[in-house]
Amino acid sequence: MSHWTGSGQAQAKLGLRDVVVERGGSPILTVSSLDVFPGKLLAVVGPNGAGKSTLIHTMALLEAPTRGQTLFDGQPIRGGLLAYRRRMAVVFQEPLLLDTSVEANVRSGLSLRGVPHAERERRAALWLERFGIAGLARRSGRTLSGGEAQRVSLARALALEPEALLLDEPFAALDAPSRDALVDDLERALALTNTATVFVTHDRAEALRLGDRLAVLIGGRVRQVGTPQDVFAMPVDEEVAAFVGIETIAPGRVLSLAGGLAVVDVAGQLVEAVAAHEPGADVLVCLRPEDVILSPASDHPSPTSARNHLPAVVSRILSTGPHARVQLDAGFSMVALITKQSLDDLALAPGSRVVASFKATAVHLIPHRVRT
Amino acid sequence: MELIWDGIREAFRLIFTGNGEVYEIAFLSLTVSAVATGIALAIGLSIASFLAFRAPPGRTLALSFLNSGMALPPVVVGLVVAVMLWRTGPLGQLHLLYTPTAIIIAQALIATPVVTAISAAALQGIHPKLRLQVLALGASRWQAAWLLFREARLGLLAAVMAGFGAAISEVGATIMVGGNIKGSTRTLTSGTVLKVSQGDFEGAMALSFILLALIFAVILLLTIVQQRRQVS
Repeated sequence: MSHWTGSGQAQAKLGLRDVVVERGGSPILTVSSLDVFPGKLLAVVGPNGAGKSTLIHTMALLEAPTRGQTLFDGQPIRGGLLAYRRRMAVVFQEPLLLDTSVEANVRSGLSLRGVPHAERERRAALWLERFGIAGLARRSGRTLSGGEAQRVSLARALALEPEALLLDEPFAALDAPSRDALVDDLERALALTNTATVFVTHDRAEALRLGDRLAVLIGGRVRQVGTPQDVFAMPVDEEVAAFVGIETIAPGRVLSLAGGLAVVDVAGQLVEAVAAHEPGADVLVCLRPEDVILSPASDHPSPTSARNHLPAVVSRILSTGPHARVQLDAGFSMVALITKQSLDDLALAPGSRVVASFKATAVHLIPHRVRT
Repeated sequence: MELIWDGIREAFRLIFTGNGEVYEIAFLSLTVSAVATGIALAIGLSIASFLAFRAPPGRTLALSFLNSGMALPPVVVGLVVAVMLWRTGPLGQLHLLYTPTAIIIAQALIATPVVTAISAAALQGIHPKLRLQVLALGASRWQAAWLLFREARLGLLAAVMAGFGAAISEVGATIMVGGNIKGSTRTLTSGTVLKVSQGDFEGAMALSFILLALIFAVILLLTIVQQRRQVS
């Protein structure tokens, strides 16, 4: 279990307390408590219109909440917003470059802060390099592709060496290859800093990959905050479940890789997956509940093409219409989706022993950086 | 045709023989119109920024008024300013009628709607989220305004040129509130009107050519600034 569960052990860099943002008299964002910690990334997911951008605007002090407090280093923000804004950086979905050269764009925030010339040059060169756009330095910001422009926008933000970084769906408008490459670079860049990052996205894979913690925002309310594994495995309500999808997500480490088949150690259990991750890689093992087959523990499982057969104990059963969602403890938390009929045939109840089977092709591995 | 050539010849003669009066008239025209444009720009940018960035209710109506203001008849402006500044008028105490200041007031009133309307269009053309991005980059209010004006510089300099053009080419209001007093309030336009009324077409042509040359020089300068590639 990560110790970054908001227990208050570490001092949050940025936080919201009892914040309500109203527009036209009705609330569009309600947050009782939300914290971002130094060196950690809080991924915020939610459907369109959930209030994700309003959340970023409020945290970035670009929009004043109707009620409630914004905390910086644990202290309520009072007056002098500019001084606080200069300790943060924001990247929006659109690159929003100034009509000048790429390098001048990357320097722009530093110029506004009155950072000395030599230091501006040094940091701009460094971050242009880190985002692989040093070759574009003298180009006009207006002549770049979407992916290039978003790299400039990210370099411009990180060159500020912000204490808090707020990313509002920065990859949403990019094509898949550009997005993947940029996620790699952002992940590497963030690992070099101690920035407290908020990353708004509607892409579950991005949220899982980058997020140390995950907040689910639906209908203007933060419904759940926790580790991605917890949120995906134990959504607090049906709306959260419907949005995140019900999945088994467990951290593991690749032990071996042969013939396109990886063996992953997940909490002591060995799981086989079709993958290309090198031994030693830290991954998240993802499994859709409908791909899990349950059979009685007493049976010797009849030979099937499923490569994985894990002994497990039923911990909880939730009925939803014609289906039953069975939570299992297999050394890690697993979820199986079966029909009501199967539930009755197997006579499952909390405490029942079963074997959970699934194919190696049903397992999806996501690389997952383990932060210390 | 001959009249035009004589006019050009006369213009060159006046310029190169160092005719003091012509220089004085040209200088007054330029100064008065430049100051009027400056005032129009200060007022226009403030109103345009408010309308473009704050998007207040009634913005469309306000913009309609401003856009109509671009067609504001100068004689009406001249009449209103003259009445206001008239000895027994509400501002008569200031004794401004028939002074260069009166001309500046009239020209500024004529140029302001032009500058405001075109500036508002230019600023509305900026990406609506760029203002947020600039503030998020750590800009103060004034830094943000400067950066956004720079983004809209093509349109804003077009607004300045249109405003300056409206001011310096104006004659009806200029005569009404300035009075065309030699050595005091005579401008290139009012001077031209006088020459024509005296039947001195050559002199009128000469002043007109000088006016056109002056306008071209100023607009050339502004266009160079406008078209310059943005360097940091």
